[in-house]
Amino acid sequence: MSGAGAISPPSGGSVGAADKGGMPGSPRGPRRPSTASRSPSPVGGGYRPYAAVFAGRLQQTLQYRAAALAGFATQLWFGVIRVLIFAAFYAGGAHAAPMSLANAVTYTWLGQAFLVFLPWAADPDVAEMVRSGAVAYERVRPVDTYAWWYARALARAIARVLPRAALMIAFASVILPIVGLGKWGLPPPPSLAAAGLFTLSAIAMALLSAAITLLINVIVVATMSDRGANILAASFVNLLSGAVIPLSFFPDAVRPWLRAQPIAGLVDIPFSIYFGGLSGWSAAGSIGLQLFWIVALIALGHLWLGRAMRRLQVQGG
Amino acid sequence: MSQILVEELSKTYRIAEREAGTLGAVKGLLRRRWRTVEALNRVSFQIGRGELVGLIGPNGAGKSTTIKILSGILEPTSGRCEVDGLTPWRQRIQHVARIGVVFGQRTQLWWDLPVIEGFDLLRDIYSVPQARYAAIRDELVALMRLEKLLDQPVRQLSLGQRMRCEIAAAMLHEPQLIFLDEPTIGLDATSKLAVREFVGRLNRDRGVTVILTTHDMHDIEALAERVIVIGAGRILADGSFAELRAGVLAERRLFIDFAEDAPALEMAEVREVARDGRRLELAFDPRRIAAPDLIARIVASHGVDDIHVEEPLIEEVIARFYDLHGANEG
Repeated sequence: MSGAGAISPPSGGSVGAADKGGMPGSPRGPRRPSTASRSPSPVGGGYRPYAAVFAGRLQQTLQYRAAALAGFATQLWFGVIRVLIFAAFYAGGAHAAPMSLANAVTYTWLGQAFLVFLPWAADPDVAEMVRSGAVAYERVRPVDTYAWWYARALARAIARVLPRAALMIAFASVILPIVGLGKWGLPPPPSLAAAGLFTLSAIAMALLSAAITLLINVIVVATMSDRGANILAASFVNLLSGAVIPLSFFPDAVRPWLRAQPIAGLVDIPFSIYFGGLSGWSAAGSIGLQLFWIVALIALGHLWLGRAMRRLQVQGG
Repeated sequence: MSQILVEELSKTYRIAEREAGTLGAVKGLLRRRWRTVEALNRVSFQIGRGELVGLIGPNGAGKSTTIKILSGILEPTSGRCEVDGLTPWRQRIQHVARIGVVFGQRTQLWWDLPVIEGFDLLRDIYSVPQARYAAIRDELVALMRLEKLLDQPVRQLSLGQRMRCEIAAAMLHEPQLIFLDEPTIGLDATSKLAVREFVGRLNRDRGVTVILTTHDMHDIEALAERVIVIGAGRILADGSFAELRAGVLAERRLFIDFAEDAPALEMAEVREVARDGRRLELAFDPRRIAAPDLIARIVASHGVDDIHVEEPLIEEVIARFYDLHGANEG
């Protein structure tokens, strides 16, 4: 990082700040020279403000190592419990179970690895801004507030998932087999195609997670409080995503509907693609469904936030 | 040509009313009663390029609502408003790219970041080209003497230091119009003087139009050539502070230190305000009796050690003005 200023003096600069290090908020490096040469567009400044907030939030959130470790430990504990529950359930003679025990174990470890992608709550920064009235400052920035908050939410989700997922996957797919518990671990996807499709689906998962977080943000703006919105979101997301019980275990009558709703794209679709429960055209179709919901929820959130902002009342004078 | 044009601007809020107590809260669940509050009632004014205008009024008068409409944060209920030809709430993004805003009670800098990092983020938010940014930043840092503050996280700054940084932050994209909503609130005397000086220089040296709200009348006295007084959502006065004073409170005070205990003066033109040993404080209206005549008459009949005339305190003028117009909150 300290090198960037020296390599490109015109953009890196006059002030030694680039070299001070440890800087979460200000993105530097390869991105800068290209943006500096580009003349700013009159409205919204192109992608630059959004890239800045994305990079800033990503770096800032990645700094919380203690939180990531604590989260990993908790999720590991619950992962073990859940695997034991599935083991007991299958040992009890679950002949008609919709997925094999091995797949259920895979599903569990993936669920623990990507747990913080689940949009349980509004962006805490946004909730705080609405509470304090600092949201007024968000409106005097020459940016589309929805896109601005979306970049922020996406960066936070990715930065929270990365360390936790890396640790969890290392544990379940490397450590467990080494100690002879490979049967209870996380195997790699069955084929290269499954791995590729899972990657696409996981990207969609991140985009979808941010879109749902933004809907919760809008409720916070409209109601001036984050408590109701967060409680509501957590219960819907836990049940409808398949995070608590895989959607395959739900009764036939409701399963197609559960698979079609947007929150299924956060857990059930990507994980089923991973272990091959969804493959080929049905996997592609499911990713298409994720993309459809991403576009639809972004459109809805954008429209709704605009309306909520028009009726905004700034707290505290 | 005026930079800001406001015509018949009104803003009403609907507020849910609740009766006191638990029973009232339960009733509110069943049937909600709404009360309409008129924050602004057909307000009109114009402000020219390069003006420095003070917006004053009691709490809840509509000052902040006016600023928030002008800066594109709130949408008015009715009326017209144009800033540099743009309607703030309709062309918000275009509009806010050209203005600077400081809310004294909130921070726009990132609490955990060093000041300089916050500035860098603002550079990206406003898409300021790097060379331009470096130049204006260094200029502002020198003007506001921020050199020693740049590497400190915002949370470690004192309120006065922070406010200087806030004003600099609002100027990084070189707006030609800046809104300062209570920029001196909570500051100590030295910091207030510093903020006033900076604001004055931005206006004088850089030609920036400044719109300032404050409860500190010394801000107004030191800075604003023009004062708009808002009360209960309406404009009560619009003019220079001297005009305001003359219209409201012409009264002056005369302080006399007599050579012996203060005598009882039998004069119809003056009112005794206070006496303390040999000192006497009188109030008089210069339109009824000129100060030299009054002094001459007193000196002619009494031994006097010292004598001086004062204008009433600026706060008294404003308080009297609010009272006269029923502008204070109920």
